[in-house]
Amino acid sequence: MSMLSINDINVYYGSIHAVKGVSFDVNEGEIVTLIGANGAGKSTTLNTVAGLLKASSGSIEFEGESLQGVAAHRMVSRGIALCPEGRRVFQNMTVRENLDMGAFTRSEEEAKEMRARVYESFPRLKERRTQPAGTLSGGEQQMLAMGRALMSKPKLMMLDEPSMGLAPVLVQEIFSIIKQLNEQGTTILLVEQNARMALSIASRAYVLETGRVSMSGDASELLHDERVRKAYLGA
Amino acid sequence: MSFLTNLINGISLGSIYAIIALGYTMVYGIAKMLNFAHGDVIMVGGYLCFIVVSHLNLPPIAAILLAVVGCTALGIVVERLAYKPLRQAASLAVLITAIGVSYFLQNSALLIWGADPKAFPSVVPFPSLNLFGGQLTISSITLVTVLVCVLIMVALTTFTSKTKMGKAMRACSEDKGAAQLMGINVDTTISMVFAIGSGLAAIAGVLLCSAYPTLMPTTGSMPGIKAFTAAVLGGIGSIPGAALGGVLLGVIEIFAKAYISTQLADAIVFAVLIVVLLIRPAGLLGKEIHEKV
Repeated sequence: MSMLSINDINVYYGSIHAVKGVSFDVNEGEIVTLIGANGAGKSTTLNTVAGLLKASSGSIEFEGESLQGVAAHRMVSRGIALCPEGRRVFQNMTVRENLDMGAFTRSEEEAKEMRARVYESFPRLKERRTQPAGTLSGGEQQMLAMGRALMSKPKLMMLDEPSMGLAPVLVQEIFSIIKQLNEQGTTILLVEQNARMALSIASRAYVLETGRVSMSGDASELLHDERVRKAYLGA
Repeated sequence: MSFLTNLINGISLGSIYAIIALGYTMVYGIAKMLNFAHGDVIMVGGYLCFIVVSHLNLPPIAAILLAVVGCTALGIVVERLAYKPLRQAASLAVLITAIGVSYFLQNSALLIWGADPKAFPSVVPFPSLNLFGGQLTISSITLVTVLVCVLIMVALTTFTSKTKMGKAMRACSEDKGAAQLMGINVDTTISMVFAIGSGLAAIAGVLLCSAYPTLMPTTGSMPGIKAFTAAVLGGIGSIPGAALGGVLLGVIEIFAKAYISTQLADAIVFAVLIVVLLIRPAGLLGKEIHEKV
């Protein structure tokens, strides 16, 4: 049975029909990526799973339970964390405080344990723990956003455009960390415009085009698919 | 010595403004709304305290506690009934609703307690302090007011920087969506900030009525507007800003009354606000907001 199962969801942004009958699955232990152009409905899909947006129809099930009507702030306790597009770290709060917010629903001991784990994955966050998040570089803020999402000890971590606006060397680093987190047992649902990087670490992928799934399959197959190469890999 | 007396009185009046301004600024910081009914919660606090002391003959400390509890509950109920349904509405709609709530509270007080001013009994039964061989007299309420303001500042600063709930409030004030992703219940947090703000308003009400012992249904409006001015002066959304703005405003008001003109005092206070905002639009301790592109 799949961990996350999305079945025929439709999502409207005001009058814009952003997601049109999208279905996909994420199995435990996988890295699944949604790729596609700007405005294809990738972020909308993630925000809907996170409870920030409501699907007008269709079903979303996590570990066999419906997420219909579950408020966004209850998702973390169910084991779903979203690392949002644009990082959205709390600029005026310190790195340490940002991480503490990530563990808001967890006990003090769990927070301590997760903090140690996050500092291990992101040593730079430990160095900068007393600095306000707003003073960090873009790459460091991305690491903080990921660390913060990790603090809730999620079973499923959703990442929305983690490579956005980062230098190539940092993109490499971020992706290797994502892979590492996955190897440590966190299931990953990744939304990316950098299709090449996303496909290179994912097990499976779905291609979104104007709100619909146009293709899906093993990431390695899609990486060599002629249509995907033309449309998303620039080759 | 009169300079010193004026300064102390100014700081004391300013402390009351500061306590009210803290409520304004915290609610603004998190709910992003100007709660113009905030001043009237002060008045309700005053009346609650008055009733308990005058009619029930309970000790002042019980009266203060009751006023705080009553106003806290009032704040939560008002937010739930009047503002929460407008969470997604335009800010103008919320602003007009707040003005409506303000009139509603004033007129309810008029209906319940009548229009005639009540003589407020002092809740601070200590004698005045005489310094320099009687040349400088400081009333006990003046000292207590300043002390309470300092205590509240320390408590709020500790709360927002050290406790989980306080940090969650700061997170909400920065980014409600991201706060929800952390598992923070934004509705509960907003409710809580209204509770804190209204509780502070009750304390301010008791202090205000003890220092200026007439109580009417409109007692809260002018201090409310001045405290709002203080919050803007200090930088709305900033806790130290509210305290600084409040104390400055109080001192300016008392000095203007003493050395320039009693009639012009309020005009001078607002003139200072205008000048400060021309030079520093975000207020003294406010952050300049740079729109992201």
